[in-house]
Amino acid sequence: MFHSRNLVPLVAAASLALGATARAEGTVEVLHWWTSGGEAKAVGELKKSFEATGGTWIDSPIAGGGGDAAMTALRARVVAGNPPAAVQLKGPGIQEWAEQGALNDVQDVAEAENWDSVLPPVLAGIMKYKGQYVAAPVNIHRVDWIWANPEALKKAGVEAMPTTWEEFNAAADKLQAAGIIPLAHGGQPWQDATVFEDVVLGVGGAGFFRKALVELDQEALTSDTMIAAFDQLRKLRGYVDPNFSGRDWNLATAMVMRGEAGFQIMGDWAKGEFLAAGKVPGKDFLCAPTPGNAFMLNSDSFTFFKVEGEDKLTGQKVLASLIMSPDFQKTFNLAKGSIPARTDVPLDDFDDCAKLSHADLLKAIESDALVPSMAHEMAVPRSVRGEFLDLVTQFFNSDMSSEDAVEQLAAAIKRAM
Amino acid sequence: MQRAAIFRSLGQSLERRLPLLVVSPLFALSLFFVYGFIAWTAYISLTKSGVMPVYSFDGLAQYERLWATPRWYVALKNLFIFSSLFIGISMGIGILLAILLDQRIRVEGMIRTIYLYPMALSFIVTGTVWKWILNPGLGIERLVRQAGFESFTFDWLVNSNFAIYTIVIAAVWQSSGYAMALFLAGLRSVDDEILKAAAIDGAGPWRVYTGIVLPMLRPVFLSTVIILAHLAIKSFDLVVALTGGGPGYSTDMPATFMYSFAFQRSELGVAAASAVMMLMTVMAIIVPYLYSELRGTRK
Repeated sequence: MFHSRNLVPLVAAASLALGATARAEGTVEVLHWWTSGGEAKAVGELKKSFEATGGTWIDSPIAGGGGDAAMTALRARVVAGNPPAAVQLKGPGIQEWAEQGALNDVQDVAEAENWDSVLPPVLAGIMKYKGQYVAAPVNIHRVDWIWANPEALKKAGVEAMPTTWEEFNAAADKLQAAGIIPLAHGGQPWQDATVFEDVVLGVGGAGFFRKALVELDQEALTSDTMIAAFDQLRKLRGYVDPNFSGRDWNLATAMVMRGEAGFQIMGDWAKGEFLAAGKVPGKDFLCAPTPGNAFMLNSDSFTFFKVEGEDKLTGQKVLASLIMSPDFQKTFNLAKGSIPARTDVPLDDFDDCAKLSHADLLKAIESDALVPSMAHEMAVPRSVRGEFLDLVTQFFNSDMSSEDAVEQLAAAIKRAM
Repeated sequence: MQRAAIFRSLGQSLERRLPLLVVSPLFALSLFFVYGFIAWTAYISLTKSGVMPVYSFDGLAQYERLWATPRWYVALKNLFIFSSLFIGISMGIGILLAILLDQRIRVEGMIRTIYLYPMALSFIVTGTVWKWILNPGLGIERLVRQAGFESFTFDWLVNSNFAIYTIVIAAVWQSSGYAMALFLAGLRSVDDEILKAAAIDGAGPWRVYTGIVLPMLRPVFLSTVIILAHLAIKSFDLVVALTGGGPGYSTDMPATFMYSFAFQRSELGVAAASAVMMLMTVMAIIVPYLYSELRGTRK
């Protein structure tokens, strides 16, 4: 009793003193599923920066199921009328929640800091609902990467990274002849779909990709280009070792690292595995974009839910501004292995693959070849994505013909829309 | 005098109602949490629910969607293959082991424990262990090849046509010991006098078991079938641990189908429709069986 009575003025004085230096207070509860290795470190950076502004950070990490568990928790929280202030949520999922009226906009922060001019337009569109920013992106992952082991390539007599699928097939044949697994792959639906969309991008180009996998145009989905894409996917299936079923992506990356396999087609989170193992880009492993002269984008973002109370609203705005600050974008992405979502952050401290990624991103914005990833929930709602995953994985694991695949895919997409 | 009578009758009525009073909270809870949620799920299956439940009536659209989805047929087919093989083989092995153990052999207690122990593991552990055993690059196939049989292949786990049978193998390994224990208990309860009488009449062991003992075990069959059937229909963890539903979705079961639609794809409506279909399947099998069995015992 005695203690607490003395404590109150003390705390008040202390907070006054602190208030002079700190910019703002505010409370923010953040729901996320970044609980492993580099991801946890990355979110720790955000927490540190937020607390440095004098705010209170309530951490709600919910591990499991690649975010499924977190989404279940989120649903329960929203139904109960007590949503967290910011949720790690991406792609069209943002729009789905916005349509439920569950989101707050941070438009005033976005306008004051001019987000429109620093974000790639495709990404900015995903962050907005009815023209108002309801989410802030933390990074850009590139999905269309080929990773390779230079030793293995040399052994098989492959001189350069392939730039077309024909070149890739030729290189893979050489690897196969040399007794090296040409393509390290894990047979999980999302990995099958990742390879599939990279193939579609290479076979049809960015314009076709957008028509088929983003706008879900029936004509594009049943076109000869799509059949050709499935033919190429069938070819890739032949380059995978027989034991691929159910393998995790990082185990496939390890196969490339050890030289058991020549290539892996995977987003740049695979780079994190290489770097964590102490490998040097350009020397121990090679990175090159998959064919198509485009850039396929995957981005993590924090979405702002409808919270009430001055304290929480302030916290939300501080967080939004913090996420988009160049400093944070840099430290976060150095920890996570991706590149900043802001295109104006200098990349001097990043590795060569990240620099290539950034240069290609700017080029793709220029030539309108920037596309959102379907397999990573950037392009279409989860229900439609699910139909893609079902069909692609079934195609990959059976001897279905490309013509049948195209027909069934179009029918499935129609059902889900 | 009169007051005492009133108290007595009050006491009597309290005594009569006490069991009801004690049971009613539990009853109310199960009414709400089991039947209430069944009703809620059934209603959700008739709405357009996506990422969040919505309550405006939408007819049977979700069922049409469900029955137009090829993956659902795969899940149903797998359920029937899996549950018939799993129940059949587990019971077959269970009866056989129980009869063999019933021959008054030595160290019976130890053998019984060994067969029963797999039941103590969770399906997740069973699934993970069998995943390694059946993996062509790690387990049996590699072992036999290293022993010199180079052309030996056993790749059921990664072959979409056979993967479902690997789930049967793992589930049978886990549950047949349990079936054995149930049958053994049943065998021990058969009256020795009947067996002696049969022996005097000159019946051989085969005749004794098929003609007398097994028919007497009818109630044990009922409980074993019900226990194994519900394990089969609920089977989720084993599939997730052993194959993850793969290769592709070739080992999908209705339970994993429902999970993936509800929690991975934000399609609560379709998921609810599939849950209702599962419930109806279970009822279609269990209710007639229960009815015939229970009517039989009442007589």
